[in-house]
Amino acid sequence: MKKLMIGNEAIARGAYEAGATVATAYPGTPSTEIVSTFADYEGLYAEWAPNEKVALEVGVGASIGGARTLVAMKHVGVNVAADPLYTFSYTGVNAGLVLVSADDPGMHSSQNEQDNRGYGRFAKMPVIEPADSQEALDFTRLAFDISEEFDTPVMLRVTTRLSHSQTLVETGERVEVGLKDYKKDAPKYVMLPGFARLRHVEVEKRILQLKEYAETTELNRMEWGDKSIGIITSGVSYQYLREVMPEVSVLKLGMVNPLPEKLIRSFAAEVDRLIVLEELEPVIEEQLKAWGLKVEGKELFTLLGEYSPEMIEEVLLGISSRKGSGLDQEIPPRPPLMCPGCPHRGVFHTLKKMKLHVMGDIGCYTLGALSPLDGMDACVCMGASIGMSLGMEKANGEDFARKVVAVIGDSTFVHSGITPLIDVVYNQGTSTVIILDNDTTAMTGHQDHPATGKTIRNLPTRKLDLPALVKAIGIEHVRIVDPLQLDEFRQTLEEELNRREASVIIAKRPCALLVKKAPDKEFYVDPELCKSCKLCIKIGCTGIYWVEENRKAVINPNTCVACGLCPQVCTFEAIKIVEG
Amino acid sequence: MPKQTTNVLIVGVGGQGTLLTSRIIAQVAVQMGYDVKVSEIHGMAQRGGSVVSQVRYGEKVYSPIIKKSDADILLAFEKLEAARWLDYLKPGGKVIINDERVDPLPVMSGKLKYPVDIDKRIANLIPDTTIVDATRMAEECGNSRAANVVLVGMLAAAINIPAEEVENAIREMVPAKALEVNLKAFREGQKYLSATLNRL
Repeated sequence: MKKLMIGNEAIARGAYEAGATVATAYPGTPSTEIVSTFADYEGLYAEWAPNEKVALEVGVGASIGGARTLVAMKHVGVNVAADPLYTFSYTGVNAGLVLVSADDPGMHSSQNEQDNRGYGRFAKMPVIEPADSQEALDFTRLAFDISEEFDTPVMLRVTTRLSHSQTLVETGERVEVGLKDYKKDAPKYVMLPGFARLRHVEVEKRILQLKEYAETTELNRMEWGDKSIGIITSGVSYQYLREVMPEVSVLKLGMVNPLPEKLIRSFAAEVDRLIVLEELEPVIEEQLKAWGLKVEGKELFTLLGEYSPEMIEEVLLGISSRKGSGLDQEIPPRPPLMCPGCPHRGVFHTLKKMKLHVMGDIGCYTLGALSPLDGMDACVCMGASIGMSLGMEKANGEDFARKVVAVIGDSTFVHSGITPLIDVVYNQGTSTVIILDNDTTAMTGHQDHPATGKTIRNLPTRKLDLPALVKAIGIEHVRIVDPLQLDEFRQTLEEELNRREASVIIAKRPCALLVKKAPDKEFYVDPELCKSCKLCIKIGCTGIYWVEENRKAVINPNTCVACGLCPQVCTFEAIKIVEG
Repeated sequence: MPKQTTNVLIVGVGGQGTLLTSRIIAQVAVQMGYDVKVSEIHGMAQRGGSVVSQVRYGEKVYSPIIKKSDADILLAFEKLEAARWLDYLKPGGKVIINDERVDPLPVMSGKLKYPVDIDKRIANLIPDTTIVDATRMAEECGNSRAANVVLVGMLAAAINIPAEEVENAIREMVPAKALEVNLKAFREGQKYLSATLNRL
């Protein structure tokens, strides 16, 4: 029987069936489940790499070494891996390598919505885009063959809606392709100028061969219907289109780089009006326009966000969204927030009270930027906090640096916080870095990393010693403190900020969601002592809420995990332990 | 098999268990031989944000997401979320609301108000609305955390999918030690909705 699978599971299955023996990734929504699913297949190698660049480099080595290899990351992860990627395109593969780029139109869980189809054109590699889980499986399998046939890495580009939608999948059998022979071949794999010039010639030949392949591959297909409109589309947009316009003629592209020019011209010649339907950037449209085709695209459809069936209906059929309930005016937004008992809350409460300039980073703690904690000045990408805080200091001087901190999670620090910390030491920065060590990669669903001491399969491994690492870099002042012990945390932070030397504070406490045991006590707010000052409400915890009728705070026993933060915030000692 | 696609929209607050509910319903639809698509939200929104799971089944389903004004049923684990997603309900559609209030951050901090009687106002707008205290019912079955399965029971009754199939899916997806409570919760939910329908 067919099975329901999210797109990410189907990709892992496709790699498994294609005979892949190595899979590597750094977790990132919406890509995470790809390699975590692959790790469920026994006897194959799977790993969490410290970051996407390392993941791809491990993949390059595995491919050259002869193993079919799957590498997965979110769209912005490909930026981190771009350096090896562009040159790996020159060397080509030995055994097939498929790089999954999981893009996030609509930014459900990301800091930008870049369109990674652009990488395909830039790196001159094929880009394949499935439209449901069955295609995710089938296309992944085929991508390994394409990779080997054309001696190129292949990008499988998916989006959140594909990665996290379940659709029916018919699985197949695994083919045991075995390892390819490894032979030393320096002119192919050593990219110094003399060799790389020769490889570039091969890359240009390859892209022409791929163009020919694109004309006939089963990845691209024409579906003829009403020829008054012909629509070229790919990915999940195809499904939205079919939902609202089942009769229209469609050229569905499964291979979005390079494009099949002859096929597209023949499609264009048959239809009265040619439209390209693509989420985000006009990657396909601009190439068609360069060929001189008369085509409509972004003058109809937005460059912003995720598409939907009703949006396509509105643009192409003129059906506008039906009348609303009228309730929407008064519905308060519900942004995500830190969990009750979250160690980050103690940090951001303190940073706000001390009115510090906070250079932030990527993780659950980015939520510390939101009201009521309002505890972040800037956040750009993984690992950026430490370099930004050094830049702030170099721009504004050492006195200003007494008010600047970088905050970065443990997994993010390992990902890309180590080199900027070396820069702080090397170039004599004096500010303080807070490593929020909750012993996991929390935001993406609790993956292990080098500093947890566990592998992707939850097996013990050598644990990266963060304090020893930081000291080895040359930070002399390393303090470890529990961020939910507010007085101690604040005192430590004040001491380190005032010191005109670089320092690191490791705010150490496991993620509240990892704490399995029930709380050993219960708190309540004594209404006699509560002075309605709302200090406890300003920590933004769902364990405590405000009742306007009597102007008192109340503990919610269903959500409170008795972390003990709000009693420390209350200046009237109104929050007490329930006796007995 | 009806040609028409059935659209089920399940909404709530991250952490309430909407994902399990949508997966049970989807599994049942697969067993019944339908084409099925499910769209889920993972990642940042799961941290206490507004979450939505969409289940679509029928002879042939293209889009994994439901159009506005196209959901046959809206199952809300939380009252405010019912209101937030109400525009997705088709005219004549059904609403099931769990009588649970989870204040979003702007309400907790007193900046914005939680709309008064929001569930009753929805019931005034949508004739086929059922409000239920699933948490209390689950408690009576032995564990308040089975509230999502009470709601599965109500959903099954509302969209007429066979109980036996749902119970099989629950057996597959719920750990053995929690199975009895969950099956009981499912049956209670089913009974509750059927009784409500009979009253109408």
